[in-house]
Amino acid sequence: MKVLAFAEQRENKFKKSSLEAVQAARRLADSLGGTVVALVAGSGVEVIAAELGPYGANQVIAVDQPDLARYSSTACAKVIATVAEQQGAEIVVLSASQMGKDVAPRVAEKLKAGLAADCVALTMEDQVLVATRPVFAGKALLDVSITTPVKVYTLRPNVFTATPGSGVAAVEKISVALGAEDFGSVVIDAKVATGRPDVTEADMIVSGGRGMKGPEHFALVEQLADVLGAAVGASRAVVDAGWRPHSEQVGQTGKTVSPMLYIACGISGAVQHLAGMSSSRFIVAINKDKDAPIFQMADYGIVGDVFEVLPELTAQLKQALGR
Amino acid sequence: MKVAVCINHVPDTETKVKVGPDGLAIDKTGVNFMLSPYDEFAVEEGLRIREKFRGEVVAISLGPESHKETLRKALAMGADRAVLLKDEGVRDSCGVAAGLADELKSLAPDVILFGKQSIDYDDGQVGTLVAEMLGLPSVSVVVKMDIQDGKVVCDREIEGGHETVETKLPAVFTAQKGLNDPRYPSLKGIMAAKTKPIEEKAALPAAVRVAAIRMRKPAAKNPGRIIGTDKSAVAELVRLLHEEAKVI
Ligand SMILES: Cc1cc2nc3c(=O)[nH]c(=O)nc-3n(C[C@H](O)[C@H](O)[C@H](O)COP(=O)(O)OP(=O)(O)OC[C@H]3O[C@@H](n4cnc5c(N)ncnc54)[C@H](O)[C@@H]3O)c2cc1C
Ligand SMILES: Nc1ncnc2c1ncn2[C@@H]1O[C@H](COP(=O)(O)O)[C@@H](O)[C@H]1O
Repeated sequence: MKVLAFAEQRENKFKKSSLEAVQAARRLADSLGGTVVALVAGSGVEVIAAELGPYGANQVIAVDQPDLARYSSTACAKVIATVAEQQGAEIVVLSASQMGKDVAPRVAEKLKAGLAADCVALTMEDQVLVATRPVFAGKALLDVSITTPVKVYTLRPNVFTATPGSGVAAVEKISVALGAEDFGSVVIDAKVATGRPDVTEADMIVSGGRGMKGPEHFALVEQLADVLGAAVGASRAVVDAGWRPHSEQVGQTGKTVSPMLYIACGISGAVQHLAGMSSSRFIVAINKDKDAPIFQMADYGIVGDVFEVLPELTAQLKQALGR
Repeated sequence: MKVAVCINHVPDTETKVKVGPDGLAIDKTGVNFMLSPYDEFAVEEGLRIREKFRGEVVAISLGPESHKETLRKALAMGADRAVLLKDEGVRDSCGVAAGLADELKSLAPDVILFGKQSIDYDDGQVGTLVAEMLGLPSVSVVVKMDIQDGKVVCDREIEGGHETVETKLPAVFTAQKGLNDPRYPSLKGIMAAKTKPIEEKAALPAAVRVAAIRMRKPAAKNPGRIIGTDKSAVAELVRLLHEEAKVI
């Protein structure tokens, strides 16, 4: 039995969520009695392939060819499906990253497989592999089983572990023939802001709401985020007001996040917001209204003014963390 | 330009989710349904494409009779006509995609728009599945779209930024918030929608690939504690984060 893990890389660096996918594949292979084949695709990627060994890959296949320098969902899907078929993989695991979500449905269809998307747990129940997916933005969980012979799973970033061990993987470089017809859509440019992490990938998030009173005061949120190395999040109210970009919106019509620590500043805690962040491990709320619903969800709450509490918190953390 | 927009009818975002008696889906009693928010961006984009290039916008939904309500909303916003692919049963995303792909094959639109995900099952796969089934290119999570001479340049959201993707028509696009500001249906639009046609057909049957075993509520969070009422509580918060939560 083989489990194929697709390890996404950008600029020849593996994403943390790819390492999580490889390690989750390892755990599946262990419980099902199988091996893990990891796949990395791109141009010049062979050199990083061996990095996947410590995360649990027995073997790494590097599809390293110049035409993969630019991402195309159709070409990438063909590479993954071809390798899955060649290897006879029964399970394919990808991260539910923007690339994973873009390519997985195509991979599933090529393999005539069912796809369980954005899973937060994979467990064995009476010989059946059960995938747990949050639905209604986390207001409920749905346990599903895939009924096709080949099964495809995408895993929510930041939920599964990625701790390196001492494993070593053999690397094999292969090529997959691709023609112009495989590049129906192709990336021609990418702009990624360096600096703060993205809310979907961050271990910690500092989020601001309408209680911040104006875009200029988000400096307080950013300063706290920077001391923690956290991402900046926002409620829809402040995104709609144009104070923050919509890529930062957390909630039912924004991002669903599950960081270790979520600090909500001047956010009331409307159901649509709670839906997107309720699976955070620890939640801190700072709000001057003691009856704000966010306090129902918070592990630690301070009923107070963000303009007093935030600078104090930033200062004390700076000292505690020596930054 | 022929534009098809596939839209879903979902519980509104205020819904307090309760698991229904079958333990597989939500209890629909008292739940209000609406046009899924990302699909609203898709409808709006379709209308803008028609305004620029002429042609028609066809709204398509697969589901029971109740989906007509959402199709009417699209018609009220300005879609020309609608198709209901009728199905009373339970389908997984692949089944929904198979039904939609079957209809789209004969419709042969230049542009096919979806939402990036339905806000009920948050699956985010139907649009790209349909593209694969039809052998078409796709761009997902689109926040900007520019069509010129059959060529399309899109911005799509990725972690921490955007990437620009180029493709050719016909193609599939899935809409993300930020693509546009959806219009409200005008009174005239709402009146006109009443006379616009909604064609009904039986949806192509499809096999199940992903089966629900159970739906459940996530474990309730322990009620938290208020540790203070002003900035003097900060020291205690820092201590708790360090010693109890161990996150710093
Ligand atoms: C279809 C739909 C989808 C939606 N999707 C989302 C979504 O994805 N994400 C989302 O966030 N919302 C979403 N919403 C909106 C949601 O219902 C709320 O309107 C929104 O979350 C409120 O944002 P807020 O908490 O910043 O603002 P408010 O509700 O106005 O809360 C501001 C809070 O700040 C506090 N405050 C004010 N001044 C201070 C101060 N000086 N110090 C400390 N606290 C202060 C107030 O006590 C108040 O609790 C959606 C709504 C709909 C209808
Ligand atoms: N029953 C349906 N009828 C028509 N379109 C649908 C249906 N379900 C999903 N879609 C479309 O597919 C997109 C993604 O849905 P999903 O994969 O279910 O998250 C939605 O935003 C809609 O555009």
